[in-house]
Amino acid sequence: MTVPILAARDIHKSYGRGATRFDALRGVSLDIQQGESIAIVGKSGSGKSTLMHLLALLDNPSSGAVELSGRDASALSGRVVNQTRNETFGFVFQQFFLTPNTSVLDNVTLPLQIAGIGGAERKRRGMAALAQLELADKAKNKATDLSGGQKQRVVIARALVNNPSVIFADEPTGNLDSATGAVVEDILFSLQKENGITLIIVTHDEDLAARCDRRVYIRDGLITESLHGEPIATPAAASSTGEVRA
Amino acid sequence: MNAFDLIRSAVKNSLRSKTRTTLTVLSIFIGAFTLTLTSGVGTGINQYIDTTVASIGANDVLTVTKAAEDTGDGPVEYNPDSTTVAAAGPPGTTVVTLGSDDLTAIGDVDGVLSVEPQLRVSPDYVQVNDGTAYEASVGSFIPGMALDLAAGAEPDPAAGSNEVAIPVSYVDALGFSDDADAVGATLTFGITDVAGTPSDITATIVGVAEEGLVGSSAFTANEVLTEALYDAQSVGLSATSKDSYAQAVVRFDPTGTEAELTTLKADLADLGYTGTTVEDQIGSFKAVIDGIVLVLNAFAVIALLAAGFGIVNTLLMSVQERTREIGLMKAMGLGGGKIFGLFSLEAVFIGLMGSAIGVGVGMLAGFGANSVLADTLLADLPGLTLVAFDPAALATIVLTVMGLAFLAGTIPALRAARQDPIESLRYEEPRRPAPEGSCRLRGAAA
Repeated sequence: MTVPILAARDIHKSYGRGATRFDALRGVSLDIQQGESIAIVGKSGSGKSTLMHLLALLDNPSSGAVELSGRDASALSGRVVNQTRNETFGFVFQQFFLTPNTSVLDNVTLPLQIAGIGGAERKRRGMAALAQLELADKAKNKATDLSGGQKQRVVIARALVNNPSVIFADEPTGNLDSATGAVVEDILFSLQKENGITLIIVTHDEDLAARCDRRVYIRDGLITESLHGEPIATPAAASSTGEVRA
Repeated sequence: MNAFDLIRSAVKNSLRSKTRTTLTVLSIFIGAFTLTLTSGVGTGINQYIDTTVASIGANDVLTVTKAAEDTGDGPVEYNPDSTTVAAAGPPGTTVVTLGSDDLTAIGDVDGVLSVEPQLRVSPDYVQVNDGTAYEASVGSFIPGMALDLAAGAEPDPAAGSNEVAIPVSYVDALGFSDDADAVGATLTFGITDVAGTPSDITATIVGVAEEGLVGSSAFTANEVLTEALYDAQSVGLSATSKDSYAQAVVRFDPTGTEAELTTLKADLADLGYTGTTVEDQIGSFKAVIDGIVLVLNAFAVIALLAAGFGIVNTLLMSVQERTREIGLMKAMGLGGGKIFGLFSLEAVFIGLMGSAIGVGVGMLAGFGANSVLADTLLADLPGLTLVAFDPAALATIVLTVMGLAFLAGTIPALRAARQDPIESLRYEEPRRPAPEGSCRLRGAAA
């Protein structure tokens, strides 16, 4: 069996202390293979976002470990973690997080700028990513002047521009109407299938989750069930069998 | 993010909220503008003092007088061996005259290169070609002195013929059409000796000097002329009387240290003489100017400090507004150090804009004030440029303001650098009524 690109090993995460202590995650284990699409499904407050933040190395677990290609992420230096987030991960957020009054191209090339890549190379790769999402003609527009669907495509172009191996999508269609949402979904899944990009989607949308190879349900900080076409041996998923909900 | 991108982004970000940045730049501008003008006035006046100092004496010269006995303890007992003459200073100031013995004693002091009696000459009048005669005072030209010349050259101390530089205010009166016209003309001094016999001495006008702050309207004679005038006015005096002088001029090695000069003065004091350099005479004046400029500068610095808080405020708002952007950049792997750099560079850029504009406008205002004042308020002080600019001082102002801006920027920059990316991404931005069209992208926009 291949080494999972990302793995959670019995992670706990709590915020606050004493009486105000809140346990967001209470022992979650999960293996994510290169190239698969996985939906983390749960209501708000279930801990799904916390799990995504931990997998994306944006935060450290209170206990347990996140493994990146088999290596414990807590052993990595801050610089390496930053570099990993910059080069290996792509992020798609519900609220887009586009910088206003800045051109679409500059928004898309932000990860390259952060990586310290020169202007000409940035422009070439930025335009390639925009072309891939059929937004090349909007490159010079202000990010503010686009429609919701266009904005989300810009965000996906930004997530793609570094040729990441994992894309984290937090409610990627949450702010879109169903037609535009479907287009964005198609783009994300085609990227996964054609480019072999690992797709980690956090959502409470059952329809979106259903399109993923695997669905992990989270409730009160625990994985309650994991539905999968082919079973994967993780402690939490051990009891689940196939595409049948218990 | 490389350095170029960092600077570019910082500049771009600072221009994002134009009204706010403009107001902050304005507050720095006021401080930098004031500082430019006050230090310009300091530079201008001190330059003027320096040229004036150069015109009244050389920097390797001590004026030596014999200290009179202290008159503070009541009347001084008469000493038949000493003669006193009235000296410059408050009424009643007298100094004991120096005789040839004194000159020898002074000459023997360690460090004295030469000693010359300073001859006081007082011609009755000056005139050109039997024209109107005018009263005039005459000073000697000491080698090393630099006259602030309007035309011609300084009198040649080594020349064998009589040479004189006339003050610019006499040019018209003596009948010359302009400054250059006076050069080369012959000037006649009328002088009366002790017995009352008048005589004439002629000299060639070699230069026209601007009036300085001190000794403004004196004619400057070379050594030959001074001696000729002195001899003429001393006819009939006894050898002793002729050989007694109010003061002597001592030359010393100007390359020596301050300590050597102090020693020399102390040695002279031990012998009962007082030695003063031109700097001593003018120094107190300069100290007053420096003090005033320092106070003015302090006010400007206070304005700048206030502006510094303006920068803190502006950038804190900017950090607040861009919380989510900071979170995004951090999520995308931008390190805290670079975030710090981004915001502190923004502060430095605001400082640079404020100080550059302040210094630029300050210089324009200074030049404007100079041209207006030169013809009005300061018309009586030719040669004075009230506001002068020293490139080093201006660069210091700009760099100081940029340094101050950097310090002010550290507080918001640290806050930005320490932000938790998750908290920042989750941060709900307060809705603003979209000023300057910079409305934030929100989910509801779809």
